[in-house]
Amino acid sequence: MTTRTPDTAVKGAGRRGKKSVHRGSHLSMLGQNAALAAIIVFCLAPFYWMVVSSLKSPDEIFDNSLVPAEPTLLNYEAVFGAENTFVYALRNSFVIAGSVTIIALLFGVLAAYAIARLQFRFKTTVLALFLATSMFPGAAILTPLFQLFARLGWIDTYQAMIIPDISFSLPLGVWILTSFFRAMPWELEAAARVDGCSRGQAFRKIILPLAVPGVFTTAILVFISAWNEFMIANSMSQTPDAQPVTVAIAQFTGVSQYDKPYGTQMAAGVIVTIPLIILVLIFQRRIISGLTAGGLK
Amino acid sequence: MSLITSLTKRQPTTTSSGPVRDIREKDGRLAFWLVVPSLIVLTIVIAFPVVWSFVRSLYGDGIGATPFVGGDNYANALWGNGSAEFWDAARFTYFFTAVSVVLEVLIGVGMALVANRAFRGRGLLRASVLVPWAIPTAVAAVLWKWAFDPNGIVNAVTGWDLIWTGAEGPSTVAIIVADVWKTAPFVALLVLAGLQIIPEDVYEAARLDGATAWQQFVRITLPLVRPALLVAILFRLLDALRMYDLPAIMTGGANGTTTLSVLVVQSSLSQLKPGYGGALATLTFLLIFITAFLFVRMLNVNAVEQAGVRTPRKKDSE
Repeated sequence: MTTRTPDTAVKGAGRRGKKSVHRGSHLSMLGQNAALAAIIVFCLAPFYWMVVSSLKSPDEIFDNSLVPAEPTLLNYEAVFGAENTFVYALRNSFVIAGSVTIIALLFGVLAAYAIARLQFRFKTTVLALFLATSMFPGAAILTPLFQLFARLGWIDTYQAMIIPDISFSLPLGVWILTSFFRAMPWELEAAARVDGCSRGQAFRKIILPLAVPGVFTTAILVFISAWNEFMIANSMSQTPDAQPVTVAIAQFTGVSQYDKPYGTQMAAGVIVTIPLIILVLIFQRRIISGLTAGGLK
Repeated sequence: MSLITSLTKRQPTTTSSGPVRDIREKDGRLAFWLVVPSLIVLTIVIAFPVVWSFVRSLYGDGIGATPFVGGDNYANALWGNGSAEFWDAARFTYFFTAVSVVLEVLIGVGMALVANRAFRGRGLLRASVLVPWAIPTAVAAVLWKWAFDPNGIVNAVTGWDLIWTGAEGPSTVAIIVADVWKTAPFVALLVLAGLQIIPEDVYEAARLDGATAWQQFVRITLPLVRPALLVAILFRLLDALRMYDLPAIMTGGANGTTTLSVLVVQSSLSQLKPGYGGALATLTFLLIFITAFLFVRMLNVNAVEQAGVRTPRKKDSE
């Protein structure tokens, strides 16, 4: 791939005012498109398989055809049927991920502002703490938290999942927000303060509106990570009252050990994934800039 | 830690005299109140459990009063009754981590190179790369469990007749495939951001000098993308070493696919051995910490500087 395709050469020339060599460009374009197609298939094929399987009836599900012969919504009816409590799980996931996003952002914005803008003595220690906590294996803190929450009578409550999730999101949030805050034009804040604004007013009226894109990006990433959390939720939620979707799906077992409710699981998987896919489609630019600014999952 | 000092060293060092000291003291007090809420949450959820876990690991398990046993739980895990399961889990965790991170880096870099040159279909590419990343690991695990079912699509496509989750080798393959699918695109995204800040002129100069495609890749692309790549690998490493969701859902840890995280949860919660489980938790944390530390030291990774400095330049104009 030493040469650029005509397509890129034209665009490149338009943008940079440079021309580039194109030799054997037809061949390289073919290779280029094949590689692109391969990547897209790699990423989407399993998801496609999930959608297809969800549309098959129990009789059809094991024939492994790539297109359902008789698409049916039976599995979706089963997901929302009386014996599954999936609607509650969706509600729980929204409540948990939503609360985590709001609280983690509130705390994260404050901390990130301090780290990006203020001089204070234990800054290095605070940063070290944030970084270190993102390294902890969740399994190591699960049991103590479980016992603590059990003593408080919090098992099967939202807060038993919200509080741990906040702490998992904070390092990520503070990290990304700090990098956004750093890149902001602080002369505006200084000017506002010269004009008589207090620090708080300058923050609220000048900085916060400017920070909205960064905060929003962080919100999406935090929401997705809280929505996807499984390990803590799997222990802390025991009944459908508090179970989020990730736990509900993993526990969709059939009547017996030999009953494999794959169609229903796939339908549930599709439903859970749809809000995320919509977020991704609308905000892909923001998500990518947040991911690369944070470098964290 | 070199990781952190780079973030703070850019700040000018103020001499403490007169009005300057006043401002600094005000700053300090404000900063305290801004940082405290986050620190409280982290203390409750991280610091307290870690300390509790360690203290608990020094006591025995059983019904009623638990006696102080000192390092017995550790000895048990490292060379006593539990040593077989501990070292098996450690071996599997590191094997899984090594294979999947290597595959993810190879595939991720390949994807990033293609994406960096692609102009048509860039939007579609970007959206599809984000799909595996966005799907919850628990859902991905169920999806792959179904694909690797004896009657599932993998056997149908390959023509094999394997019970994938029935033996150690195939189970390991299934878990690695699921992890690589889910996270290689994430590596690609981070590497792509690194690629996009390399100016095209560098390549043109190299081409004029007669450099082959391979030479350009080895001499220009790799060195320039190295910082972004190393940070991506570090985060993948940390994540893979504490893997829980995939084995827990796909195999339940059966057939030698127990990772350290699965072992910790099983011992302390399912088997109700908080003392022994606490020792395993502490050992797991130490292993992960040492691995990350060695990685950062040996390769001189500067994660903080990367995060602070790098913002992908907009090369694409779609």
